[in-house]
Amino acid sequence: MSVEIEMEDGGGLATEEMTLNMGPQHPSTHGVLRFIVKADGEVMRKATPDIGYLHRSIEKIAEKVGWHGFMPYTDRVDYVAAMACNQGWAMCGEALGGIEVPRRGEYCRVIAAELSRICSHLLAIGATGMDIGAVTPFTHALREREMINDLIEELCGARLTYNYMRIGGVAWDLPPGFRKRVTTYLDHLEPTIHEINDLLSYGKIYAERLGSVAVISPEMAIGYGLVGPNLRASGVKYDLRKDRPYSVYGDFDFDVPVGHGEMGAVGDCWDRYMMRIWEILESAKILRQACEKLPDGPVIAKVPRNFKPPAGDVHVRVEAARGDMSWYCVSDGSEYPYRLHVRTGSFSAMSIIEELSEGLMIADLVALIATFDIVAPEVDR
Amino acid sequence: MQQFIDGLIGSATGMERELYYFAGMLAFGALVVFGFILPLAGITSWLERRVWARMQSRIGPNRVGPFGVLQWLADGLKNLLKEDVIPTAVDARLFRLAPYVVVVGFVAAWVAIPFGSSLIIADLNIGILYVTAVTSLVVVGILMAGWSSNNKWSMLGGIRSATQIVSYEIPAALAIFPAVLLSGTLSMQGLIEAQGWQPWSWHMFHSPFTFFAFLLFFTSLLAEGNRTPFDLPEAESELVAGFATEYSGMRSLLFFLAEWGNLYVIGAVVTTTYMGGWQVPHFTDNTVLLNAAQLATFFLKSYFWVFVAMWIRATLPRVRVDQLMSLCWKYMVPLGLVTVLGTAVTMVAAPEGMPTLRYLTFGAVMLVVLQFFRRVVFHLRRARGLGWTMAG
Amino acid sequence: MDASAIQKKLEAKFGGSVGPVTTGLLEAWIGVDPDKIAEVAAFLKDDPDTRFDSLSNLSGVDYPARGHIEVVYNLMSYAKRHELTLKVSAEREAPRVATVCNVWPGANWLEREVYDLLGVDFVGHPDLRRILLPDDWVGNPLRKDYVEAPSYHGISTVRESMLRIEPPSRE
Repeated sequence: MSVEIEMEDGGGLATEEMTLNMGPQHPSTHGVLRFIVKADGEVMRKATPDIGYLHRSIEKIAEKVGWHGFMPYTDRVDYVAAMACNQGWAMCGEALGGIEVPRRGEYCRVIAAELSRICSHLLAIGATGMDIGAVTPFTHALREREMINDLIEELCGARLTYNYMRIGGVAWDLPPGFRKRVTTYLDHLEPTIHEINDLLSYGKIYAERLGSVAVISPEMAIGYGLVGPNLRASGVKYDLRKDRPYSVYGDFDFDVPVGHGEMGAVGDCWDRYMMRIWEILESAKILRQACEKLPDGPVIAKVPRNFKPPAGDVHVRVEAARGDMSWYCVSDGSEYPYRLHVRTGSFSAMSIIEELSEGLMIADLVALIATFDIVAPEVDR
Repeated sequence: MQQFIDGLIGSATGMERELYYFAGMLAFGALVVFGFILPLAGITSWLERRVWARMQSRIGPNRVGPFGVLQWLADGLKNLLKEDVIPTAVDARLFRLAPYVVVVGFVAAWVAIPFGSSLIIADLNIGILYVTAVTSLVVVGILMAGWSSNNKWSMLGGIRSATQIVSYEIPAALAIFPAVLLSGTLSMQGLIEAQGWQPWSWHMFHSPFTFFAFLLFFTSLLAEGNRTPFDLPEAESELVAGFATEYSGMRSLLFFLAEWGNLYVIGAVVTTTYMGGWQVPHFTDNTVLLNAAQLATFFLKSYFWVFVAMWIRATLPRVRVDQLMSLCWKYMVPLGLVTVLGTAVTMVAAPEGMPTLRYLTFGAVMLVVLQFFRRVVFHLRRARGLGWTMAG
Repeated sequence: MDASAIQKKLEAKFGGSVGPVTTGLLEAWIGVDPDKIAEVAAFLKDDPDTRFDSLSNLSGVDYPARGHIEVVYNLMSYAKRHELTLKVSAEREAPRVATVCNVWPGANWLEREVYDLLGVDFVGHPDLRRILLPDDWVGNPLRKDYVEAPSYHGISTVRESMLRIEPPSRE
């Protein structure tokens, strides 16, 4: 008996394309994402994202609950770094209503938002490590994150869905001794970040797994509307906090790190991962300055309970942990917003995956999702 | 005497002699498996979880028994009581059989593990070859599990495992050769008897070649045991649970039992071939005492390597499939050949052995280890300086 | 470049398809004809003075009183660091807007989202499917006159809670 082996035209063995359904329940999809992967063995031909499993109609809810009432819902847009979403919504209301936020209120916002950014980036770093197979950095990153959660709990009573900001300012002033505790924490955090670098970032296997994988050129990143750390990893130096300062970010001195291809090409997974590390250090700089310069005064402006901004529309952009979060809000002069649309960083990042996935391995797709730091509820809203 | 006992049992039970011999062997086998191998694998699992937890600033299982040491028993009982789910679309016969094949593969390896100069079930004259062969039986079970599950993730896991184990057999076998050359035998006891109790008389430090052979051997055994950084067949973040995705209850546990049991086998084989096995100074003529000391030494040495494997698992990320293969074929196989040739050349050049080379290798390795511990102390000091708890 | 200078440029090129600069409550915007938007977008992207290389946001708003659906394009340029808002009004009954997918690939999903939630047909879109809702969903929930079906595949969508918020009356 002879075995006949089918040969392809090129002379190689004939293979069959396999369709893999990755998700909605899968350990590496950080929530409920689904990819329809067409793979030839371990090499992907195409990975098509299928989103919507976490669609909670947040934009529709905004039309029903009123200007003040929508604030807790913004936490659920991106629950990993909810402060920026709070801030985006507050800024929509303030811009439409022409409300001036007191300076102390703005400083409180900056402190809260940067703490929550560090919180989110720590989770991203740990989760990337875990997706690549190193579990220890995850617990170490979460240990540091818990301390921020403690700080934020002191600030607003919640550890995840903060609901701290209000249209016109923030809900509560900083508790006594808070600034001291923040700086104490930062003294502890900065060396810890270097420890994570020693343990994980510059590890040989880790750098090999992430370096030169899924390289995104600056043109492609801009075209697909990648934002925030994912865009800066491709070498585009653009940070809303620096280039289009909102709130009081103009007062602070900090750098905008960009990817420079240390472990391969500019815009590879390793650069995207390292952006989070570098941004934590920059956020720490901002926090230190904000704690030092904090002015006195009220933290919230007088805003009527029955807030009715005049008719009009506004486009607000906030630098959230996952980049430029773009809020388009229409008011018709009533006590309910007429329309709200949020374009989030994860949404853009998801849309690029289909084109990028060709020729990657299945393990690389996991690395790609992890380094994009995709948070599923932010994609679906 | 034997005839008397035979007659006694024969008349009491009315069984054929071969039959009750067979029953006796089965009973003894069951005693060894349930009384020794399973607890050892269980305790290794507990140890792994505790060690891992400490490295991750967690506590780990500490409720069942002192320090949670009986956790494995609780888990085993729980899993025995779980429903044995056989999904409808699986190839039920293969699916049921697969975990047993895996367990048989790993249990069979224990036959040839020398715990002491007289504590070995069977000192086969091809001992090390036998161990390498039967541990590879595991791959058949894993492939069966992956294929029969009728699940693409399982199949990917099974295929990954097959490629990985088959490939890493080669560097593993090549890395055994230097030790075999030095001992002139394949028997496990023979390998140990060719070494002494002093560290510098271990095969590991015979020459730089054997030291590299030892490193290669340990690495390829990690790959064969599906341990991090080569745990691709069950890479959680990629393949859900790999070949074990569809398994539940006791069948799922059997895979993990084999994994932890294999972990100990890895430590034991490394200890036997390169670390002097049970060798202790001949301090007494009392055989029982001597064997007890040998057993303790063997366990200490093998658990050291088990600990190193756990340590590696807690530290390193996972490699990718192509990197796994290129590491094996481009680096480890050629290096393995070099170590075999190098050892042969040193043996021809100095048939009586080269003590200077031995001491030099030993010294160099010790210097590296010393430097490593200095780094550890440095990092510990720095970590303490940071203060892991926050005031207020 | 500010909005009025860009508008002059566009008017010179596209004539009547481009409306005047309208200043709303806060921001100025330029109206564009629905079938010309793709060409306008391509022009804005390639013109060396404007170079709008990125689409920051694309939203759809339903105005039943005015009888049209408005699609809002928030453009931004990383090269020139300026921004621009374009608005396109489409018939509410059968809204058809030319796609800008070929100009900015990021528009692909954003247009799918507007198609999904507001029912705007983007002419020339390569893959116009529902994105957030299931494929067999009936209606476009972000339209103001959308009425939720009482059940979806036998799952009731009626909430029995006492805290139910009545939708505000409009107009």
